Amino acid sequence: MRIAVEDLHVALAGRTVVAGVHLVAEEGEIAGLVGPNGSGKSTLLRTVYRHLKPRAGRVLLDGGDLADLTPARSARHIAALPQERGGDFELTARQMVALGRIPYQRAFAADSTEDRAVVASALERVGMTADAERRFADLSGGERQRVLLARALAQQPDVLVLDEPTNHLDVRHQVELLALLRAQRTTTLVALHDLNAAASVCDRLHVLRRGAVVASGKPREILTPELLADVFGVRAAVVDHPLTGDPLIAFDHRGPATPL
Amino acid sequence: MTAAAPAAARPRPVRAARAGVVAGALALALVAALTLAVSLGAVDIPAVEVWTVVGRRLTGQPPAPGTRDLIVWQLRVPRALLAAVVGAGLGLVGTAVQGLVRNPLADPYLLGVSSGASLGAVTVIVLGVGAGGPLGLGVSVAAFAGSLVSFALVWTIARRGGGFSPLRLVLAGIAVGQFLNGVCSYLVLQAGDEQQTRGVLFWLMGSLSGTTWSQLAVPTACVALGLVVLQARARSLDALLLGDEAAAGLGIAPDRLRRELFVVTSLLTGVLVAVSGAIGFVGLLVPHLCRLVVGGAHRRLLPLAALTGAVLLVVVDTAARTALDTQELPIGVVTALLGAPALLYLLDRRLERS
Repeated sequence: MRIAVEDLHVALAGRTVVAGVHLVAEEGEIAGLVGPNGSGKSTLLRTVYRHLKPRAGRVLLDGGDLADLTPARSARHIAALPQERGGDFELTARQMVALGRIPYQRAFAADSTEDRAVVASALERVGMTADAERRFADLSGGERQRVLLARALAQQPDVLVLDEPTNHLDVRHQVELLALLRAQRTTTLVALHDLNAAASVCDRLHVLRRGAVVASGKPREILTPELLADVFGVRAAVVDHPLTGDPLIAFDHRGPATPL
Repeated sequence: MTAAAPAAARPRPVRAARAGVVAGALALALVAALTLAVSLGAVDIPAVEVWTVVGRRLTGQPPAPGTRDLIVWQLRVPRALLAAVVGAGLGLVGTAVQGLVRNPLADPYLLGVSSGASLGAVTVIVLGVGAGGPLGLGVSVAAFAGSLVSFALVWTIARRGGGFSPLRLVLAGIAVGQFLNGVCSYLVLQAGDEQQTRGVLFWLMGSLSGTTWSQLAVPTACVALGLVVLQARARSLDALLLGDEAAAGLGIAPDRLRRELFVVTSLLTGVLVAVSGAIGFVGLLVPHLCRLVVGGAHRRLLPLAALTGAVLLVVVDTAARTALDTQELPIGVVTALLGAPALLYLLDRRLERS
């Protein structure tokens, strides 16, 4: 499914954080959100998965306004993997994934055969079947993120929304998670800190600065030294990755950061 | 299972089948505990005779002759049943509060909610306004109002400046609770004769002394209602554990859910305090123990916590009633003596884990 954000405005405690954002992820595409800290990436994503209410603007799924759906209905279309981490409450990995079935379940009803099958398949897709009965709290950071991705997949969403899913993961687990994400072929909106990861994984990038999109397009077209200097305030060269041919951003870690 | 060694050494949440077995065992334990509670006392009555007396009453035959019927049916059965209802309620309310504040070390007692309920109840009793009412409803309503206000106060203080930390929440709860306890003690000491003061103070420490059949209806109805309302929200409670954002992503409005839970837990706390005073530690420890056995998913946790709380409080009340020859102990004294070391053990265990 195609997701489009149209002229979205979001205010937090009276302060405008997202101001007139337009962006899109086409069917099956991974669209990345990049931008410096405080540029409004998380706020934008929270509004898409309806944790926050927009002051104005719309989120459209194949042209239908998300706001017309009940929260439970829209959770069948959009699954989120937020940044926050929950408490330690003795859930197994499988139980954690099963929470993704909530939008489909009625009060008092036990998990249906279909629920169990979907949960098993989601665990399979992230390679966590063998660890399904382990306590979530005992898993490594990388394993937890895979389980949380499986929970989102168990929602059988048309669109995945992920906020910095590779944060706090070591390099191997970052690569692993992003490879998993690509393998899903689900329309995805993902905020990423790591510009090189974004450049290889995303089909399309939206660059945010102070709550507004300043550039949109294919990574190769928009990740230019000029944009990196202008938006992120760093000196960098953009070259071809020797192994993959993707754009590779080589930062000048010695150079002076330019004032934004 | 490929769990690493330290993980394998820990108790692992069990499957549904075993949760059923545990529930069955607890139900049997509850029957045994109730029988024991009715049979023990100043006059010990053999279990068989207990069931004979109860059987005659339940089948509508004329009551057993002599004092047996009085002791069993009029004095001990209502008290044992109320202990079970209050224990079930404490287990439920502890589970719900821990989910609500996303902190496994919370209960209405620790968060000052019981103190608010006590103050509400004492105000009505001491000032004598609307104290009577049918089924003692005046006291229950005042206790409900007291717990609602104190819970809202603690929550507001803890949330000030956005977000909340478990530590801040518990400290706010202790501060508000101590303050309300102070006001409560002042009210009690100001009022009436020494006899009444002593009675109220005893009840404040948790007591089911002098329970009659007429006191059972309101708490039983409220605990049953609480179980249904909470069980209907079992999955939402699970989702709330993940955090507000993740809950929202699953189509649950966290603030609305929290408001509903506020009302349910305050109602339960108020009603329980009105009939039994403030009993600590049960609400804190029972959900913890149950999580170790059936895991954290609320669909199984809530009914099991209710059953465990019921068994525990029937046993504790029997101990409180029979430990000393000369007088009864307040239940709060027994739960504190048992609960404080258990809490310290759990704290240690959590520290080791993190």
